[in-house]
Amino acid sequence: MTNPADLLLLASTADANPIVDFVREWPAMWPELWLSTQDTIYMVWWATVFSVLFGLPLGVLLVTTDRGGLTPAPAVRAVLSTIVNIGRSLPFIVLMVAVLALTRLLVGTTLGPTAAIVPLSIGAIPFFARLVETSLREVDRGVIEAAHAMGTRKTTIVGKVMLPEAMAGLIAGLVMTVVTLISYSAMAGAIGGGGLGDLAIREGYQRFNDQYLWATVILLVIIVQVVQSLGDLVVRRLSRR
Amino acid sequence: MIDAVGLQKVYRLKKRQVTALNGVDLHVRSGEIYGVVGQSGAGKSTLLRSVNLLERPDHGTVEVDGEQLTSLHGSGLRAARRRIGMVHQHFALLSSRTVAGNVAFPLEVSGVGRAQRNAKVGELLELVGLGDKAKAYPSQLSGGQKQRVGIARALASDPKVLLSDEATSALDPETTESILSLLRRLRDELGLTILLITHEMDVIKRICDSAAIMADGEFLESGRVLDLIGTPGSLLARSLFPLPDNGGPDTVVVTYPRSFDQPFMSELTRRFDVDVNILGGGVEEVAGHSVGRLSVDLLGSRRNEAIDYLTQQGLLVEEAGQ
Ligand SMILES: Nc1ncnc2c1ncn2[C@@H]1O[C@H](COP(=O)(O)OP(=O)(O)OP(=O)(O)O)[C@@H](O)[C@H]1O
Ligand SMILES: [Mg+2]
Repeated sequence: MTNPADLLLLASTADANPIVDFVREWPAMWPELWLSTQDTIYMVWWATVFSVLFGLPLGVLLVTTDRGGLTPAPAVRAVLSTIVNIGRSLPFIVLMVAVLALTRLLVGTTLGPTAAIVPLSIGAIPFFARLVETSLREVDRGVIEAAHAMGTRKTTIVGKVMLPEAMAGLIAGLVMTVVTLISYSAMAGAIGGGGLGDLAIREGYQRFNDQYLWATVILLVIIVQVVQSLGDLVVRRLSRR
Repeated sequence: MIDAVGLQKVYRLKKRQVTALNGVDLHVRSGEIYGVVGQSGAGKSTLLRSVNLLERPDHGTVEVDGEQLTSLHGSGLRAARRRIGMVHQHFALLSSRTVAGNVAFPLEVSGVGRAQRNAKVGELLELVGLGDKAKAYPSQLSGGQKQRVGIARALASDPKVLLSDEATSALDPETTESILSLLRRLRDELGLTILLITHEMDVIKRICDSAAIMADGEFLESGRVLDLIGTPGSLLARSLFPLPDNGGPDTVVVTYPRSFDQPFMSELTRRFDVDVNILGGGVEEVAGHSVGRLSVDLLGSRRNEAIDYLTQQGLLVEEAGQ
């Protein structure tokens, strides 16, 4: 039944017009869909907050500790980079299981949207950190040198030169992280994380209710579209300068 | 104003090492415009960056306005750098800030309050002729305008010294001219001392009081431009006045290191009965004086007397054959 071809077949034979059918069913599904959407937004929101909180400084450190950076420290960088690489190379589904113990320690349970925030954040922090690193590297070295020549302290160079100059890239990276988190959050449903992914599996897959499956797909697509468009708008604003 | 002594800088690369500065002494007097010329890779940028210690020389000392910079670190060095303005070849403006925001940057860094900052920014933009561009972003400006912003920013902290690394190299000749006259005006009005790097002889000719020619990390010659031109064998004179290479054994190069009203050539023919054949040359405005350099064939039995006469008159005569 997970095979899309099967779904199509089923949809086309169920009724003369499956779309009409789907629209008719929608109000009945909506309360549950809305709850799951809120769960998804809740998970993704907090995971995004933690990704920025930890990923941004991590990305900054990856750049500043590099050779030719503001505070070169090759050993520190090597350690950070390895940690980030490990985080990046683990498939999310494996990571979720791997951090179950930590999740229980932090949240007290491994089920529900709040518990899902832990693996989501841990998965997204290294992802966002690398994107931050890439955008910061694009900042013109000449501008950083000019800031040095004006007697600017290093923390100010990060805060007033590097981050503002890389803002368009940082926002683009943030959008990419949020979109990835949305897809991860759907996966978190597989181990009882809640949200739209959870709903799709519970209702759609386990109870053979295809309407739910379609509805969750549509909602996920809409959320991703909204996030991406808003992000693109901001990025375009910033890079038109 | 700037005194650098015995500057030495070696870059160690994987395989080889590059001596970017090999014992350079630099002395820039207060209120003068000092130009350093040289081929690519001569070490000019390294020298300039040593003056505000963006590059710390391996050996040697740098003193700016009586302050020994080479002994400073951390906040002391940052404070000293704020008293030295710097202009960059590729402008180095913050693309995320408006023109006003860029000029305000050094003021923010040194903790000047908002009201005072705004007033100062307005003043500086007027000074460089960009009063109407405060709200524009750098990407909306021409190269010349960007460099004016760069200059305004460099002047924000009221420095006594301005460093300029190829400030006009990315600009067309007309814009170059306007930036050069702006620099000269700033020197005159603000009493700035300017150390500039260029690979264009024209820049030296137009605005420099003193100059140094640099090659392979060393100064080949340095001093006041007019003094250098009046020195036998001057590379600077040769570079400023390229003469045709068509001389023979009787050719002499005559340099007028300052303005002369006397018609020397006709006087020579009359007094010493020599034939004068002009091969090439020109008169140019250098450091505010008109300086001439001629390549002539001097023929006749009293040729040596004629040369002595010119020398006594204060002209520099160099025999091409020697
Ligand atoms: N950071 C660096 N690391 C290694 N070598 C360097 C570095 N900076 C400069 N060099 C080398 O030092 C020498 C002098 O460089 P410098 O930039 O001072 O030359 P320049 O006279 O300014 O040349 P240009 O006119 O091309 O700007 C060059 O051979 C250059 O390759
Ligand atoms: Mg250079």
